[in-house]
Amino acid sequence: MRRAVIAFTAFLGGLIFLLAAPAYAGPADCQGVKGTLKFQGQPVNGAKVVVTTEDGKPVKEVTSNAQGTWDVQVDKPGKYKVTLDVSTLPQNAEVRGGVNVRTPTVYEKNCSTVLFALNPKGGAQTPGGQPAEDEGSSGFWSTAAQLTFEGFNLGLIIALAAMGLSLIFGTTKLTNFAHGELVTLGALVAYLFNVGFGLGVIPSAVIAVVAGGAFGYLQDRFFWGQLRKRGTGTIAMMIISIGVAMFLRFLFLFLYGGRSEPYTEFNAQAGIEVGPITAAPKNFIMMGIELAVLIIVGIALLKTRTGKAARAVADNPALAASSGINVDRVIRVIWTSGGAIAALAGILLGLSQTVKYTMGQDILLLIFAGVTLGGLGTAFGALVGSLVVGLFIQLSTLWISPELKSVGALAVLIIVLLFRPQGILGRRERIG
Amino acid sequence: MDWLNIFVTTVEAAVGVETVFYMLAAIGINVHFGYTGLLNFGQAAFLGVAGYGLAVTVATFHLPFFLGIAIGLAGAVVLALVLGIPTLRLRADYLAIVTIAAAEIVRLVFRSVTFKDVFGGSDGRYGFSEQFFAMNPFSKGEYAIGPVGFNERVLWVLVIGWILVAFSCAVVYMLMKSPWGRVLKAIREDEEAVRALGKNVFAYKMQSLILGGLIGSFGGFIYALGNASVQPDTFSTELTFYAYTIVILGGAARVFGPVLGSMIFWVLLVFIGNTLNELIGAGYITWMSVNQIGAVRFMLVGLGLILLLVFRPQGIFGDKREIALDAR
Repeated sequence: MRRAVIAFTAFLGGLIFLLAAPAYAGPADCQGVKGTLKFQGQPVNGAKVVVTTEDGKPVKEVTSNAQGTWDVQVDKPGKYKVTLDVSTLPQNAEVRGGVNVRTPTVYEKNCSTVLFALNPKGGAQTPGGQPAEDEGSSGFWSTAAQLTFEGFNLGLIIALAAMGLSLIFGTTKLTNFAHGELVTLGALVAYLFNVGFGLGVIPSAVIAVVAGGAFGYLQDRFFWGQLRKRGTGTIAMMIISIGVAMFLRFLFLFLYGGRSEPYTEFNAQAGIEVGPITAAPKNFIMMGIELAVLIIVGIALLKTRTGKAARAVADNPALAASSGINVDRVIRVIWTSGGAIAALAGILLGLSQTVKYTMGQDILLLIFAGVTLGGLGTAFGALVGSLVVGLFIQLSTLWISPELKSVGALAVLIIVLLFRPQGILGRRERIG
Repeated sequence: MDWLNIFVTTVEAAVGVETVFYMLAAIGINVHFGYTGLLNFGQAAFLGVAGYGLAVTVATFHLPFFLGIAIGLAGAVVLALVLGIPTLRLRADYLAIVTIAAAEIVRLVFRSVTFKDVFGGSDGRYGFSEQFFAMNPFSKGEYAIGPVGFNERVLWVLVIGWILVAFSCAVVYMLMKSPWGRVLKAIREDEEAVRALGKNVFAYKMQSLILGGLIGSFGGFIYALGNASVQPDTFSTELTFYAYTIVILGGAARVFGPVLGSMIFWVLLVFIGNTLNELIGAGYITWMSVNQIGAVRFMLVGLGLILLLVFRPQGIFGDKREIALDAR
């Protein structure tokens, strides 16, 4: 036993070396340049690509594989020089426009795609600019469609977490900075069962959702509920939640380490094309799950007794209590379901990116942005606001570099507060 | 176990550069949160804007040192205006969310590849402190009392840092005794009542935000000079939350609360870190590795923050009646 513990801590300690700088999550664990070489519709095998830094220091030389793809991972973001060795191309092929050097910029945790269009030698010399521009405009719309899809996906994940946050705020007036850690918890518990105990992703996810709900229940039963009974002020609770967030986040770091890992299943799925969108099948299924859960929560809020009671408590706790609603029970149900759907959001986030201890912290500000945009304390406002945030983040990369996409979303949050402080669905009186 | 080493590093932590840096950040937060009741969760941005204002002016544009200081201070004032105008009329939690978002925006822009030519990306900026150290009156060498000592560069930074701390404390002390300070405290207690008395609450809150931001920006300068460099990830939200812990530990709305809070905080943190390090090195603790000490320290800060607010929200020196812990 003791030896196992030592081995385990040594293992974790080694992994901590891999601790990356705490930064915003990129879409995937990829930082470098890549591309696909095709000539007359066929992939080009064995073409040599040389990558150097901007000032000419060699980084790596690769050759394209049977699918025509090549991929170079780099350590640092920055500008790189990519040279295609024309002598390794098929004999009758040449680079369109004749320039075989590209200088892409690699952003942190992002891959830049480098395009070399290949033409038959001596064929109809298309003037370089014209066709490329045509491609650019059709490319713009297909990219926009693709980004809209990805934005919806991200927005729905944010919405799952935001629903719980907004309901907890509505019923207890707690701005819970530790909600991001509920998201991380879900992802990590699923990881533990999936990778640690070798279960499939789906049973692990079910266990993690149950664990998330249980953790939400216990948090309210033994912590927040007790604080409410003591009459702790709302600002004190907000700062306490920061302490809880810090404690949990670094407990996760202590236990899990600074690594960033995928689940064992559903990883490198081949994309399927639907109209202009290419995405792995898991993305469609995830969107379905997200939509289903959101609809169920929405119906539960509108139709069931507990849901109606929850909305009554959110509106006016004293009045709700005096009309016979058990406020504490309602709050406990909200915490339990909020914890469970936050855990689900974490698992889905882990499936679309990778699992790491900062994933909740990284998404927390986006959750806040969604909740505030939609109107603090309104469940459906959180949904609308989150979708807006998700779409805005992905679509803004059409114009700004991907590393700054979160900056755009947060800036929009500040601007919206200037003109409509109650948010999209909020009511004026709520902001006091 | 090297107890002497633990002792020396702990004593150095009580007066060191990091302590002074957090002290100034915390004095600024004390003006915001302790006296006015403003929940500014973006103090890191004020420090970052000041530090980068200095670094970029000198290192990127090769302008004089004192112009850099002026630009850093001006940057902090502009940031306060940008943050305050949309949020100071709204409820407390809006300010909290907007300031934390703004701090992340500032950090992400500093570390972006797009602006690498100006801000230096994730490596930050260095090579801007020669003019500061050229003014150093201490000649080269170690200055020590017993085993505790600093070299001439650190000593120079520390002297300036402690002068800034003393100056900030004096300003806060005098302002909070003045009618202006009494209005701030009244806003913290009951904003509506102050408004009913005909005071422009918005203007007072904005002045408080600017004052606290400027004091925080001194901390940004001290950090930049003490390390002779700035990196974007120094100015993450953890910095702000450390500073909040310091304010609450020392006692909010007390002039010397953040000063003593910062010293106690760093002495404890460094002592625990070093002791754990020695215990692991000597083989007494086998269930964790040296690399996990950082995580344990953060966990203790989080736990300390929870316990303080639950059991002693007034901190060590504060007065419970003076803490703004209810949202209005």
